[in-house]
Amino acid sequence: MSAPGLLLVVAVAVLYSGGFYLLLQRSLMRVVLGIVMLGHAANLSLMLTDEAITLPPLLGGPQGEISDPLPQAMALTAIVITFGVTTFLLALAYRVWLGDNNDEVPDDLEDRRIGRLREPEDSS
Amino acid sequence: MLLPFLLALHAVVAALLPPLARVLGTRVFVVACLPPALTALWVLAHAPDVVAGQPVTSAVTWVPALDINLEFRVDALTLAMVLLVSGVGAVIFGYCARYFHTGERGLGRLSAVLVLFAGAMLGVVSTDNLFALYVFWELTSITSFLLIGHDDRKEHARRAALQSLVTTAGFGLPMLVGFILLGQIGGSFRISTLVADPPVGDPLLPVALVLVLAGAFAKSAQVPLHYWLPGAMIAPTPVSAYLHAAAMVKGGVYLVARLAPGFAEVDPWRALVLTFGMATMVVGGWRALRQDDLKLLLAYGTVSQLGFLTLLAGTGTQVAATATIGVLLAHGFFKSALFLTVGVIDHQTGTRSIAALSGIGRRMPVVAGAATLAAASMAGLPPLLGFVGKEAALEAYLPGGDPATALPSGAAAVVLVGVVLASVLTVGYSARFVWGAFSTKDTVAERRVPRPAAAFVAAPVSLAVLSLAAGVLPFAVDPVAQGYAAAFDTSGEPYHLALWHGLTPALGLSALVLVAGALLFHRRVTVARVQQALSRWPDADRGYHGVVHAIYVVALRVTRLLQSGSLPVYLGVILATLLALPGARLVMALASGDVAPPGAGGNELRFWNTPLEGVVALLIVVTAVATVREHRRFPALILVSAMGFGVAGLFVLYGAPDLALTLVLVETLTTIILVFVLRRLPATFGTRPDGWAKRLTVLLCAAAGTFIAVSLWLMTAARTDPPVSLGYTSLAREAGGDNLVNMILADFRALDTFGEVVVLATAAVAVTSLVLLRRSRVVEETDPGPDETEEERAGARTGEGERT
Repeated sequence: MSAPGLLLVVAVAVLYSGGFYLLLQRSLMRVVLGIVMLGHAANLSLMLTDEAITLPPLLGGPQGEISDPLPQAMALTAIVITFGVTTFLLALAYRVWLGDNNDEVPDDLEDRRIGRLREPEDSS
Repeated sequence: MLLPFLLALHAVVAALLPPLARVLGTRVFVVACLPPALTALWVLAHAPDVVAGQPVTSAVTWVPALDINLEFRVDALTLAMVLLVSGVGAVIFGYCARYFHTGERGLGRLSAVLVLFAGAMLGVVSTDNLFALYVFWELTSITSFLLIGHDDRKEHARRAALQSLVTTAGFGLPMLVGFILLGQIGGSFRISTLVADPPVGDPLLPVALVLVLAGAFAKSAQVPLHYWLPGAMIAPTPVSAYLHAAAMVKGGVYLVARLAPGFAEVDPWRALVLTFGMATMVVGGWRALRQDDLKLLLAYGTVSQLGFLTLLAGTGTQVAATATIGVLLAHGFFKSALFLTVGVIDHQTGTRSIAALSGIGRRMPVVAGAATLAAASMAGLPPLLGFVGKEAALEAYLPGGDPATALPSGAAAVVLVGVVLASVLTVGYSARFVWGAFSTKDTVAERRVPRPAAAFVAAPVSLAVLSLAAGVLPFAVDPVAQGYAAAFDTSGEPYHLALWHGLTPALGLSALVLVAGALLFHRRVTVARVQQALSRWPDADRGYHGVVHAIYVVALRVTRLLQSGSLPVYLGVILATLLALPGARLVMALASGDVAPPGAGGNELRFWNTPLEGVVALLIVVTAVATVREHRRFPALILVSAMGFGVAGLFVLYGAPDLALTLVLVETLTTIILVFVLRRLPATFGTRPDGWAKRLTVLLCAAAGTFIAVSLWLMTAARTDPPVSLGYTSLAREAGGDNLVNMILADFRALDTFGEVVVLATAAVAVTSLVLLRRSRVVEETDPGPDETEEERAGARTGEGERT
């Protein structure tokens, strides 16, 4: 079994890195863009598994040899699901903006309150 | 055999007791007597066989694949324990009927939990499987938690219950690990098999034994884990008599005695058992001497006796084993008799304080006589069972006393001194108990107290008489002791429990102990003064509270550190963990050559699949980097779209026309929707100042992305099996389709596609409802609580403590 093309590996690495970075941002819109980017990264990852990558998975072609259809089917499903998720997130971001005039992800107030708990004199 | 049914009977009766208690009142305890009484009778009926060396066994299959079975085995040691657990238990249950008042709160629960406890304890001492033992063991922990906390409206009771649970169940966990280790290296989880054929020499065996002993020591209240036992005295007195004299605390001693025949020779068993046992013995006796509360005096006395028993049970010689059974039974009889006496006094006078009691001996001569008898047994006076047991114990550590002794003479001498010292203390606090409870003190005003009913007194009297009877007739107890001690090396003349062995050194030591103890009692004022002066000793109870408090504080600090409330920090921690664990492992594997990158290990290294790929990949990389760097909304949107079309272009090159088509469609739609949303939002994203935090984030993300891509690359290169989709070719022909991807989606995995459609439909409904909901109906954000200031909300929004 031969290794996948290095170029594709580099593209996948860049997409994952960029997606993670956007996910770590405060702006909700950039988080959505990060999820879109991670979706592309995941779809291309699936392509990595294919050896005869350039031949379409169609029977009766001239070469007789075909690429692996399973990663493609998975990627196809993933594309559509990513689309659904993205749209939903966008609607949420829109809603947050309507309520708040702001699209930033705030800190969880409850979490911060736990962090401020005073140490008791006696807890046992 | 009947034992599983007897155990089930305990559970059934326990279930029936709460409703019965409403009808019968305190007489419900008479019903509660039935299961333990039947068990005691049953075991007595089998006693002749058992002491003759023919254990009664039975097994109920439970989880055979894991070697977890309800196997039961009644041998001499179990016989002795069942006599205590069920025999003494039945007597105490009967006593409860008189001790409690009808109409008292929670009688149904108390009786039911007591019977459940009796059943669990019976399981502990009779099972032959390590896992079943653990289950029964923890059942006793839980039921004793409920019993100690019986008066759940008292904060003290709840605290004491929790303390005992945390200590016994907390140390039960290492014990379980020890059991599993023991079973793994011994090849069986059956205790009798392990003891008969111990895996001596296995390097893990000492670890397993230390863990098991930790659990046993916590259960049997060994120093420094003894603090929970005096605390547990908050329980009703009959409960203390049962749990802390006869049954539960003997669980640890039982486990030590059970394993000693197989493991006493393994280091560091003896060192641990002797050290902790001796320390407990002396500390308990010393503290018992200064208690004013009669029940606490007995509690510390119990701690001391438990140390003594652990020492004896763990020593692992024939004489010590004989003494173990003698002292075990003697302690069960005299200590429960004494506890029940305290119960009678408390019930009649309303106090247990030595400083407040006077003239009780004259008012209750029968009780006083019984208690004196029991205390004499505790002190080791002839002709009581306590004396017989103590003689045997002294004999075990005398030089030349035990021909098969396995102790170095130096260690034996130290232990002997310890036993003698603790015995002197025992005589001292025994005398103090009798004096404190029954004497007429000139300084205390005498109160008229009602005489107790005969049936109430019957329980302590019968137990005290048992101490006497078993002492006068030691040949009734000796066979049981011999049955257990036979498991040890009996190359010499076996030692027998007897009142008279001739003029032996042990007899001389006994006399010395009695004289010294009497002197200790006589000089009690001086002793009290010395104790006062020395009372600044480290307190184990304070240690427990310190540990619990420290755990709470550490938990709070860890929470404070990790739970910052910032989403970027949480995600960052996840990525950092990904890099720290699998990432570091991958780097190590690459460095050591365990994993060869393609191109090195005979694997062909490919740069691209088609040359055109380079152009498209470059487009993707450039747009991706630009998207990340872009702070204006619309340019970012355009870049993401361009990137999406680039990916679609890659799919075209890769022979994936369906994907390319779908992606183009999806990207177009996404872009349109993004434009609709962004139209409403400000033109730029909020940005963060550049700084080390931002650089760190970039580094972290780049490393995580590279790690994922590289590991996928290596994994794919290491693939050995042909893809599963090879078989799809013929299947597609059969089904009459040419496009394999379509065949998979619409036919082979049609159900998945259906799920996908459902997801899309759900998303569509959700989006519609979110967007079309009228603006006026937007719910105002919930009102901040009184303790939440505007400032704080602003702080949350800007995210202090954020790293990006």
